[in-house]
Amino acid sequence: MEIGLAHYLTVAAILFTLGIFGIFMNRKNVIIIMMSIELMLLAVNINLVAFSSFLGDLVGQVFTIFVLTVAAAEAAIGLAILVVYFRNRGTIAVEDINMMKG
Amino acid sequence: MVVQALAFYLFATVAVLSATAVVTVRNPVHSVLLLILTFFNAAGLFVLLGAEFLAMLLVVVYVGAVAVLFLFVVMMLDINFVEMRQGFLNYLPIGVLIAVVLFVELALVGAGWTLTDGAVAVLAQPTPEGVTNVEALGRLIYTDYAYIFQAAGLVLLVAMIGAIVLTLRHREGVRRQKISEQVKRNRADTLEIKKVPVGRGI
Repeated sequence: MEIGLAHYLTVAAILFTLGIFGIFMNRKNVIIIMMSIELMLLAVNINLVAFSSFLGDLVGQVFTIFVLTVAAAEAAIGLAILVVYFRNRGTIAVEDINMMKG
Repeated sequence: MVVQALAFYLFATVAVLSATAVVTVRNPVHSVLLLILTFFNAAGLFVLLGAEFLAMLLVVVYVGAVAVLFLFVVMMLDINFVEMRQGFLNYLPIGVLIAVVLFVELALVGAGWTLTDGAVAVLAQPTPEGVTNVEALGRLIYTDYAYIFQAAGLVLLVAMIGAIVLTLRHREGVRRQKISEQVKRNRADTLEIKKVPVGRGI
């Protein structure tokens, strides 16, 4: 019953896979895609904290704080872009985002 | 020990199930609420790992700020979400395939790694004994990692300004208060004194 590092890594791996899966499943809905990205960042954070805790090194947790910061900034900017895009085009379908012809 | 194991399995199961629901439910509002549930359970896992500060940070930042932001956007935009679901089943095979491949790769990496012998001896910041997690982290952030901490604050500032600049718009035809003009006004601009001749009026 001893909970080890492998247990946490497994949970993180499942969450990361679910994030990738969500991106592939919701190809049309940018909001769900952004939520999937948040899930993947959460999985990364769980990995960092698990290693930090089991190896006894605090840098992992410091790094997690910065990942959290960047994730929050990314969500704010992404949603702002989404709102502006919706205001201009009246849709958020990913397939229609081709103005820059990338 | 048993309680800890039970708590781990509870948090992990709920986190994985709600994360699955986040990407599969029909209604995006439910999706956001399930995302909040996932983050709460991840915070529980952090507490089990002894990272209380990060657990609270996760609750405050994600549940308090990011999830509410998502909720605002989902509710504010008038989108036909049923239409967006079309093609969900078309993408299912490729999605499952890629997810399985990725998970097998992650499992291989997870099963194959080992720690080098000298790794424990060269820890960058060993966890200090006898202090709480918050204090230990605070000692690190405000000393060795002060510049990076400032940079993180700068990232947030730039994100805030960027979000405001992106979404701010001045609509035409809306009368707004212009304080500078109000302050600038003096008596000569607005008041004219006329001498009214007696008996003739103006």
